[in-house]
Amino acid sequence: MTRTQFRPDDHANDHFLLTTVVGSYPKPDWLKRLRDAEDVDHDVWIEAVEDASRLMIDEHERTGMDVICDGEMRRTEMVEFFAERIPGYEFNGPVKVWGHNYFDKPSVVDAVSYDEPWLLDEFEFCSRVASKPVKIPITGPYTLASWSFNEHYTDTETLAYALADLVRAEIDVLVEAGARYIQIDEPALATTPDDHAIVHGSLDRIVADLDPDVRVGLHVCYGDYDRIYPEVLDFPIHELDIEQSNQGFDQLSVFQDPPFSLDLALGVIDVHDTTVESVDEIKDHIRRGLTVVPPERLTVSPDCGLKLLPRDVAYRKMENMVAAAREVEADLDAGRIDPEDPLTA
Amino acid sequence: MTRLATTLGLFPLPDWAKTELTTHKGKQRDDMIDGTEGPAIRSIYDEVRSELIELQRSAGLDRIVEGQTRWDDMLAHPLAVHDAVDTAGLLRYYDNNNFYREVRVTAELTADGDVGAELSSLADAVEVADRHGIFPGPYSLAQLATDDYYGDEATFQAAVGEFVAAELDAFPDCTCVTLLEPSLATDPANVDQPAMEAIETAVEAVDDTDVIVQPYWGHPPTDVYAALRELGCGIGFDLVTDAAGAEALIESHGGPAAIALGVVDGQNTRVEDPEDVASLVETFESIADPDRTYLTPNTELFYLPTNHVEAKLEVLATAADPTEVLQ
Repeated sequence: MTRTQFRPDDHANDHFLLTTVVGSYPKPDWLKRLRDAEDVDHDVWIEAVEDASRLMIDEHERTGMDVICDGEMRRTEMVEFFAERIPGYEFNGPVKVWGHNYFDKPSVVDAVSYDEPWLLDEFEFCSRVASKPVKIPITGPYTLASWSFNEHYTDTETLAYALADLVRAEIDVLVEAGARYIQIDEPALATTPDDHAIVHGSLDRIVADLDPDVRVGLHVCYGDYDRIYPEVLDFPIHELDIEQSNQGFDQLSVFQDPPFSLDLALGVIDVHDTTVESVDEIKDHIRRGLTVVPPERLTVSPDCGLKLLPRDVAYRKMENMVAAAREVEADLDAGRIDPEDPLTA
Repeated sequence: MTRLATTLGLFPLPDWAKTELTTHKGKQRDDMIDGTEGPAIRSIYDEVRSELIELQRSAGLDRIVEGQTRWDDMLAHPLAVHDAVDTAGLLRYYDNNNFYREVRVTAELTADGDVGAELSSLADAVEVADRHGIFPGPYSLAQLATDDYYGDEATFQAAVGEFVAAELDAFPDCTCVTLLEPSLATDPANVDQPAMEAIETAVEAVDDTDVIVQPYWGHPPTDVYAALRELGCGIGFDLVTDAAGAEALIESHGGPAAIALGVVDGQNTRVEDPEDVASLVETFESIADPDRTYLTPNTELFYLPTNHVEAKLEVLATAADPTEVLQ
């Protein structure tokens, strides 16, 4: 089992619900101001980013979370950051995602290729600073392909497979540096669920002959899951991470027939609502996850990246999420929650 | 036979307005337009509207839309601002990387007039002969919404049809009105008699004007297309997604007098060659034999960065003018 390596030696309960985040976290205002300033010296920028990263690692660790990230302090946006590092892309300006949230959707105007490592700096820094295991989220090739304007390749599949080879090259670099938990972010799968075969083909390229101790998760969010289920069960991954709080857990039943055979990372925190869920509310959300998988296969996480929330709200949500997970573990240990009938008090 | 260049509306905000409106409104769900925005925000949208009118004119478009940049919830906007509708969590907007708030209808859908008021602002600057009104079609609007009031699908669909008709009735005079109906192509399974009756109700609400029902991201099934033909309305075709499918429909059931051809890709920065576009239009005109051909992008425009919108509009205007293409 790839998840047992992430159980802390001093874990207080017999049961263990792996707690983690999806990735992004609100950046400190001073970092955003520096990012938007002109003529910032590169060394100053790197120092600022590392300070922010150190701060966010500490913020994650103070919640008691088991596997942490640095909140992606180096990254701009989940497609932009990678497209800036991949020859073949160009940028033309921001486009709408929802409301007043935009991203600089790039255009693929030439063949894509691998140049410098994308995330090695982030991983090496986080591993050095953190006392907890570090997860590395990477935007998946299907999303990198779908959320770009494709002016060069004949179709999305061809572009996605070209990008999958680059993602694999990056993962080799990260695993060589010690990475043991890789999360492939493929939110685009929910936008065009009929393309699940392309995501499957991309994942096959990414994980072929990968070290079996490396945990591979797949994050998908905000979609109609009955359009990708049960096909996702055949994906070569250990864990599927889905958002559910935003939808009031309406789609969780999709994953019960046929039985869910992967580990489930369940979004128990709504990242688009500034109301901080109480520990009791989150415990209820976690118990819903136990209707799909037993405790040893349940990972507890927010719906998605937390970056759009005010920082104090993001922290309190994470703090309550971890507290709720620990209380559910204790309830399971004490028999107050029956894993066979988790919704009955 | 007349060729006219226009768009399906829902422009991207100019980059300066993206920044200013983010500052004034915020980025969360509750910050999105609910129809009660104050004068500071309204004045920014007024400025945007003026800028987009000028953009369309300078590109050479024949029919000018309001721009619909206020529609934070895209085609769900007319319900998102309605008093009888609650907004909830984010839902994916068709098969795109875009989201709108779930719109839950909780009371009777009475006439609202929000979009008509927007168009009145357009009317202050654009003459009737050039005005092009945009509204979601009743089938797509019902598909995007959740009914917590009417209780059964047929009643709800009829109510949405009446609502759309009432909103169109509040429009200032236009020379063309397009009802955006992507769901006719993406979710055709639920297009039943009540859905077609709702579309008929909406089409009949507009007098003495071309009313175009515009499916996109594909085409409606043959029987639905045949039913649209019987309504006598104009019909739009997404030739970017599937030109062969459009050709098959027209060859089997004929073409309408007013045809809208989605000939430039609203979701890709690759800028089309005007000669290729004109050639495609000629092919379809020879098959459909329409009185009027509207050249449009195949989708709304907000998917594109602003610098490419201008380039795409110029392609449409050039392709619509045979003398330009020949030069």
